[in-house]
Amino acid sequence: MQAQTDSLVVALDGPDDFAGFRQAARVLLALNVDPQALHWRWSDALSDQSAGDDLFAADAAGSLAGKALTPDMLDQLPCPPGQPLRLKAAQLGLLRNACCHSHPGRFALCYRWLWRVQQWPGLAGDALDGDWREIERMARAVGRDIHKMHAFVRFRPSRDAQGRELHIAWFEPDHFCVREAAGFFMRRFTSMRWVILTPQCSVHWDLEQLQFAAGGRAQDAPGPDAGESLWLAYYQSTFNPARLKEQAMLREMPRRYWKNLPEAQLISGLVAGARSRTGHMLEADALGEHA
Amino acid sequence: MQTLAKLQILADAAKYDASCASSGSKPRDSVGGKGMGSTEGMGICHSYTPDGRCVSLLKILLTNFCIFDCRYCINRKSSNVQRARFSAAEVVALTLDFYRRNCIEGLFLSSGIIQSSDYTMEQLVEVARCLREDHDFRGYIHLKTIPDASPELLAQAGRYADRLSINVELPTEQGLEQLAPEKNAAGIALAMHQVAEHIEVARQQTQDQQNGKLVSMPRQRQTARAAAPRYAPAGQSTQMIVGADSANDATILRTSSGLYTGQRLRRVYYSAFSPIPDASADLPLQAPPLIREHRLYQADWLMRFYGFSHAEITAPAAGGMLDLELDPKLAWALSQRQHFPVDLNRAPKQWLLRVPGLGVGSVQRLLAARMVRRLRLADLQQLRVATSKVLPFVELDDYHPPLGMLDSSSLRQQLLGKMQHGSTQRHHSGMQMPVLAQMALF
Repeated sequence: MQAQTDSLVVALDGPDDFAGFRQAARVLLALNVDPQALHWRWSDALSDQSAGDDLFAADAAGSLAGKALTPDMLDQLPCPPGQPLRLKAAQLGLLRNACCHSHPGRFALCYRWLWRVQQWPGLAGDALDGDWREIERMARAVGRDIHKMHAFVRFRPSRDAQGRELHIAWFEPDHFCVREAAGFFMRRFTSMRWVILTPQCSVHWDLEQLQFAAGGRAQDAPGPDAGESLWLAYYQSTFNPARLKEQAMLREMPRRYWKNLPEAQLISGLVAGARSRTGHMLEADALGEHA
Repeated sequence: MQTLAKLQILADAAKYDASCASSGSKPRDSVGGKGMGSTEGMGICHSYTPDGRCVSLLKILLTNFCIFDCRYCINRKSSNVQRARFSAAEVVALTLDFYRRNCIEGLFLSSGIIQSSDYTMEQLVEVARCLREDHDFRGYIHLKTIPDASPELLAQAGRYADRLSINVELPTEQGLEQLAPEKNAAGIALAMHQVAEHIEVARQQTQDQQNGKLVSMPRQRQTARAAAPRYAPAGQSTQMIVGADSANDATILRTSSGLYTGQRLRRVYYSAFSPIPDASADLPLQAPPLIREHRLYQADWLMRFYGFSHAEITAPAAGGMLDLELDPKLAWALSQRQHFPVDLNRAPKQWLLRVPGLGVGSVQRLLAARMVRRLRLADLQQLRVATSKVLPFVELDDYHPPLGMLDSSSLRQQLLGKMQHGSTQRHHSGMQMPVLAQMALF
């Protein structure tokens, strides 16, 4: 196969289609397809999936049949018998996360590493291999993105068309992590109807199943409600002005998240007031006002 | 008083407790239940305040009225702060509302002592009971236990809570006598010991059950295995205030070490004594010693994850105080230069863990990689560790520290010059990734 073609395009179902990538990679590895001969394509958002075929039809980059192959089609190719590649569960998990990264070269990188491991199995254990470190870094970035989504999604109560309570949140992840992150909310808020809207994809829990749909807009989520003022009051009161450490806060909660966190609007005021509040406490003590 | 005003007073009153962790409990979720909530092993920090601390739990006092007069405490009887008291129902409603918004992992409830220790403890337990039983709440609950409360109440508290804590507050008995005359070290130790015993018994029962040793009721034919009772699955923690009395770091770490080994505590928190409004006159008038607190946390990590004993860490500490300029591992390595350089290709794991600048994760990667090949200098760069800190202390096939470098009297100054930002605390309880082990087919 490698001899017949200089380039092969594989069309995945979406930007986070790990299952498709895995299926395709299994076949391509069995056929020993050189990573350099491969192009990975996908439609970028759930909403324009239908445009996928047209997108690839226009692409005649010398692929096998002048057209992109889907993982399903690849699966029907006759495969020479070979040893399947065995990986540790942790490695598989990292590959899965790396494939949700927003970097356009993620699938190519993951495939290249798998292909190299197949050539030299010892490489699978080389935790310091350059490709593997890059995969780990991407996976960690996605892991962090999932973690921050679990942390920073803020639901606001609302009502659905039938008048039932529905909690809605707007969130903007850096990577394609909504599918990976959604299970957590399902397990935590099983008996609550909720929707999380993001620019690429939205997910809806209707008490029975998770439904994924096209992305949304910030204005589709409700604005602040009365209950939120309690949360803001808590945030304000739990801050200790004598311990101001802005850098430590920014390291864990970078500014890009602030616009969707209701409490973040309080930060500048708290920081501005901190020094004078602390100074006042120290001065009051020095004067012995309360001693 | 309105809920909002109470919340302001009672959150403000609780902010001096350093504990924020919501990790380490048994995984559970709300599938199949009527309520909500989950814990998945690692805790989640839902927000950060400008003091750099995370908001993971709704941390409040049930009331800041108190019959005690501990000098370091803003809620002591003689303080002029405004007082408030929540009802159990109010705390439950707040917890559920914040949880539903995904603002918190659960509740950390503490209280000033009112009427009696038992009365106060009963109120705390009632909040936890109501959340668990009436609302099927499966999020995290951390209860602060009142030292003199009855053993029955401690037993109940542990059935509802994920974590229990009793603050030792001051590292020595003398400190406690001087600043908290109504508290006594023996009482705190006894309560801690009781909790530790409950945790151990529950652990043993779970183990027996897993090994099939628990039998069901007599005369019953099926030996259905009863679920082992849960007791504070996330363990026990405590807090020490740093800088309010004259105890040095060596004393503090010796106390911590005793608590980790003797009472099997999960965490000891260090809280730099912070100026409080209306402070007692015999307390130090200063900004909180935040760097000292940070060094204590680093030393604590060395004890818990790197195999250091408290005496080793504080051996180089002049006057029993940790070096404020250098992290404790680097300070230790500089004082123990005869053990270095460590050959990264040959040294056992416990020695790799003692190399300054190498963390647990880096060491794991080095060990994995050297199973399949020799390590070279480029591999250290691949790890992206602070090489300026690591290089003087290691050897690789293609790298040896320059002759005389380790013996140089200016090494400390050179290292200080190279480290622009000093070291920062990278590890955080909320960011521990779960480790998976089984094999999978790709």
